[in-house]
Amino acid sequence: MSAAYTPQPLTQQTLHPEDEGPFPDLAQTQPRHKTAALTLVSRATQIKERGLLLLFFACAIVAVLGVVLIFAFVAYQASGVFPNIGFLKFITGTKWSVAHSQFGVVPFIVGSVVVTIGALAIGAPLAIMTALFLSEVAGPRARAVIRPAVELLAGIPSVVYGFFGVTVVAPLVARLFGGAGFGPLTAWIVLSIMIVPTIAMLSEDALDSIPMGIREASFAMGATQWQTIYKVVLPAAKIGIIDAVILGMGRAIGETMAVLMIVGNAPQMFAGLTKPIATLTSQIVLGMSYAADDFRTALFGMAALLFLISMCLVLIVRLLSRTGKEG
Amino acid sequence: MTPATVHDSTVYTVPLVAVADETLFFVRNLEFFYGDFHALTNVSLDIHPKAITALIGPSGCGKSTFLRCLDRMNDLIAGTKVEGSVLFSGSDIYGPGVDPVDLRRRVGMIFQQPNPFPQSIYDNVAYGPRLQGIRKKSELDEIVEDSLKRANLWKEVKDILSKNGLAISGGQQQRLCIARVLAVEPDVLLMDEPCSAIDPTSVQKVEDLMAEIKEEVTTIIVTHNMQQAARVSDYTSFFLQEVAGEPAVLVESGKTNDLFTNPQDKRTEDYITGRFG
Repeated sequence: MSAAYTPQPLTQQTLHPEDEGPFPDLAQTQPRHKTAALTLVSRATQIKERGLLLLFFACAIVAVLGVVLIFAFVAYQASGVFPNIGFLKFITGTKWSVAHSQFGVVPFIVGSVVVTIGALAIGAPLAIMTALFLSEVAGPRARAVIRPAVELLAGIPSVVYGFFGVTVVAPLVARLFGGAGFGPLTAWIVLSIMIVPTIAMLSEDALDSIPMGIREASFAMGATQWQTIYKVVLPAAKIGIIDAVILGMGRAIGETMAVLMIVGNAPQMFAGLTKPIATLTSQIVLGMSYAADDFRTALFGMAALLFLISMCLVLIVRLLSRTGKEG
Repeated sequence: MTPATVHDSTVYTVPLVAVADETLFFVRNLEFFYGDFHALTNVSLDIHPKAITALIGPSGCGKSTFLRCLDRMNDLIAGTKVEGSVLFSGSDIYGPGVDPVDLRRRVGMIFQQPNPFPQSIYDNVAYGPRLQGIRKKSELDEIVEDSLKRANLWKEVKDILSKNGLAISGGQQQRLCIARVLAVEPDVLLMDEPCSAIDPTSVQKVEDLMAEIKEEVTTIIVTHNMQQAARVSDYTSFFLQEVAGEPAVLVESGKTNDLFTNPQDKRTEDYITGRFG
């Protein structure tokens, strides 16, 4: 309290005399406990809030509309499959020959599945282990180098991956396993690298979201780091990691440019790791520029199939995360 | 160098003035650093077996840090450094080649925030035994039931063992964590403010179980709550960081009753009479 302060009579007591400056004459001021009436929300604020909410809603609707419109368009274009080609012939046919008006897409479905599963089999473990390293093992310095590198991998255009596949991987595969080097094996190698960043980054997020406390608890029980990772951290992050793998799968199945460049593009059944095949995506791109009539309809039918496949993947992710929360 | 007092065939790496048989942890001149920050200095303390020792002191006085030195949990924090000696049952836990994993199997720890694994109650308790290679269902069942009983939780969860450990209340979670530690039959239980985040009923149950397991497990508890320290412990140590930024010290240790009724140090007296902290 300052030296200038002189004690006041009790009736004039205020709690913080220093803050108040010269003491007010309390007899003439309102008692402190009497609060002012609450101000009403101004019209302008109301309108602004409303407007913003509407804007956000509109943006969200654009995304939904986009999906609905694209699906409707593809479905409409593909609907010709039923009268013109015959759905059964389309979906179970194993022969694809534009010249003979044979539009069986089984080779492409098999091609897409083979390429995707192979890429996942190589890429997912690689990515999950990368995520584990980044999240559980790496020191700050290693992390500062590796994380940006993995992120950069996601930013490389797929045509560059394709180029890498054509000039590096394909010749290597040709030399080691014979053939021309264009086929599923080459696609596996290139695609698996392409999906690493997707799976690794999402898995790392899942791992990082696990509370430090349960790791400490495990260590404090006398578990080694590997036991902690394997028995506590991985099970806890399981749902997030499965999500990541499924999204990586979506990336692999939808990848077009790189696959187109390295898979060989022969519309024939999968017959070996080095024999050229085609996938749904690569075949659509190849035919797109000149297709007409039934050929064109068949391509749209394949696009609709792709659409359904990725919708199923999203659905699986949803169901998994729901069951995960219950269990 | 004075010759070590050796009471078995082990040759100690530090000269021991006297390791009395009744000392479980024998701490001498402990210094602890978080990077450049000197957190604890010159801590010397004997922990008596089959007794409850309370570590008290104001926030930030290093009592939790000290506790975490005893099972080398501070090893998990990058940039920490320990000097001095900490002997557990006569062997230097910071000695060359000592496996912290083995130490932590024998020295269990309970944390302030209950931290059950996001797994079933059963799997939580069976975690430690499974780590030790116990696979037989009947044996695990027995351990799980026994541990949950000792942790005063069995009655509440015996019908929901397959439920997720996170689905029960905070106080129950903390007792689940205690059961999980007891399942590996540790010699020592380190408790880092185990009751500060749980409901009063559970606090009561935790305090009861501490008394019940006293014959088998030595407990060291860090607590903010002086009443709790006075209620549950046999020995009490008072830590204090007198100047911010300076290392904390161990001011006074003794039998709980003596320390609370007849403190030898003015600072202890000030603290237990509520004059600061």
